[in-house]
Amino acid sequence: MTDKELALKSVEYRRKILKYIVEAKAGHTGGSLSCVDILNVLYNHVMNVSPENFKSPLRDRYIQSKGHTVEALYVVLADQGFFPESDLLTLCKYGSHYIGHPTKKVNGIEQNTGSLGHGLSLSVGTALAAKLDGLDYRVFTMLGDGELPEGSNWEGALLASHYQLDNLCAIVDKNGLQISGPTADVCNTDPLDRKFEAFGWEVRHVDGHDLGALKEAFAALPFATGKPSLIIAHTVKGRGVSYMENQLKWHHGVPNADQYAHALEELEAATAALQAALR
Amino acid sequence: MTQNELATYKANLDVFSGTLQELAETDRTILVVTSDSRGSGKLVPFGQKYPAQIVEIGIAEQNLVGVAAGLASTGKKVFAVSPACFLTARSFEQIKTDVAYSDNPVKLIGISAGVSYGALGSTHHSLHDFAALRAVHNLIVVAPADNFEAEHAIRRAAETEHPIYIRFGKKAMPYLTEDPSRRFEFGKGSVVREGADLVIIGTGETVYPAVLAANRLENVYGIRTTVVSMHTIKPLDYELLAKLAETGAPIITAEEHSVFGGLGEACASFLMQHGFHNPFKIMGIPDEYTVTGSQIEILHHYGLSEEGIAEAGFKLVDARK
Repeated sequence: MTDKELALKSVEYRRKILKYIVEAKAGHTGGSLSCVDILNVLYNHVMNVSPENFKSPLRDRYIQSKGHTVEALYVVLADQGFFPESDLLTLCKYGSHYIGHPTKKVNGIEQNTGSLGHGLSLSVGTALAAKLDGLDYRVFTMLGDGELPEGSNWEGALLASHYQLDNLCAIVDKNGLQISGPTADVCNTDPLDRKFEAFGWEVRHVDGHDLGALKEAFAALPFATGKPSLIIAHTVKGRGVSYMENQLKWHHGVPNADQYAHALEELEAATAALQAALR
Repeated sequence: MTQNELATYKANLDVFSGTLQELAETDRTILVVTSDSRGSGKLVPFGQKYPAQIVEIGIAEQNLVGVAAGLASTGKKVFAVSPACFLTARSFEQIKTDVAYSDNPVKLIGISAGVSYGALGSTHHSLHDFAALRAVHNLIVVAPADNFEAEHAIRRAAETEHPIYIRFGKKAMPYLTEDPSRRFEFGKGSVVREGADLVIIGTGETVYPAVLAANRLENVYGIRTTVVSMHTIKPLDYELLAKLAETGAPIITAEEHSVFGGLGEACASFLMQHGFHNPFKIMGIPDEYTVTGSQIEILHHYGLSEEGIAEAGFKLVDARK
């Protein structure tokens, strides 16, 4: 996929995230918009996983620890062909499989998550299995910065380095905001790099909306042989829609008709700008 | 039974570790995961024989269960072994979410269950595990009574493609019966002896004293007693329960668990909702901090002994006269 196609996908994914959240009248808007560029690069550029190989023991795995931003994941999975995108019109509606957190009832989802602090241990177990069996698949997990005070993360982090899981890559979607306020005010986890380094991880910082920088970071995996890798992705909550960016109320805010129209205009302008710039 | 006679039997925990070794001989997908509990889980020989099939997590039960779920998702037959008290409380949410909800077929092995830790006190007792885990969807809950049930529970668990919790004590457990036609199946209670006047339904390590109590009731008072090992708490054997209740005989349940939410209340719930009104008594640990003592002393204190169960049975039958 060309850089242009990849960049256009990011805008398209944002448009779809909003579409289905508006349709459902529910969703974690801000966080979905902060993490979607990372998912774009993972699924379109990095991971060896597709509807065709999803049952293969050799596929790469993605486990979303910050389960509440499942809208971004659903949109990306639909684009990959795991299920018809029109299914997402049922998101969060009575009887739908498409609930507001990742569920294995949906093709392409590896693990049910939603309660925070669970993804890393699951990923450690999955990565450890590859080491035990001599398989070379990789495991990716995305954590929210707000969920890092959960102690289970640190139990998982310890064990990942104990077993030298260099086939494991965790990405922190560091958008700096959680439901009650700035993450630094709620329970500060900085300096995150030094904490994970002290736990035996190799850490890199990246602009989580810079697709080229993300590609570069993922291409460098593992950052050190015998160590798990952490990507601290600096992101903006609500990224791509000006009035949502860095605004707490869009944690799970749903745009009204006017706001939605405004957001679509901005995203259309972004598409046009990309096409002009990359022509 | 004398100490010498008892010494010929093994603890269910020993049977567990021995069976696991046998399974691992031919099945490389068997994987034991422990939280610094290979010693207390009697798994040191297993680890020596199959070092590639045992994973140490350290004392971190939440991580134990989450990692076990990840391992099991790749097709391994994962036995996550940890003291029942910590496994089912500290990591309850990982059991609920990572194992049961995600349907990762982890075999959760709660060792030294009930009041096995005796005088170590309430931190180490698991008197809540049936109650807590019964309310979790997609989880089989099992407490084997003797070496036969322990072995077969482990063998069947290895082949089960869905989550299961099995709890063991650590004291030697005599065989309930020498009957060679004995069978074991999850969800099917086992009738150990039959009698028309009284029914005692036990689970785990209370079944053996229930059998002794039944013998005493018959020998001393002529009260003919049925004893059932209800090794599977969930799914409960409703068919057998209905059959037992149809006779109208009084029913006692006995469990090394809180009287709240365990075997007794599970049976009562079924019976009441299906029109059975047999005289009924739940024997278990009352809602208090347990008395200090060894496992045997604690069980005696609360009547979960040959004498205690016999006395309860006598009263229930006598009250009908």
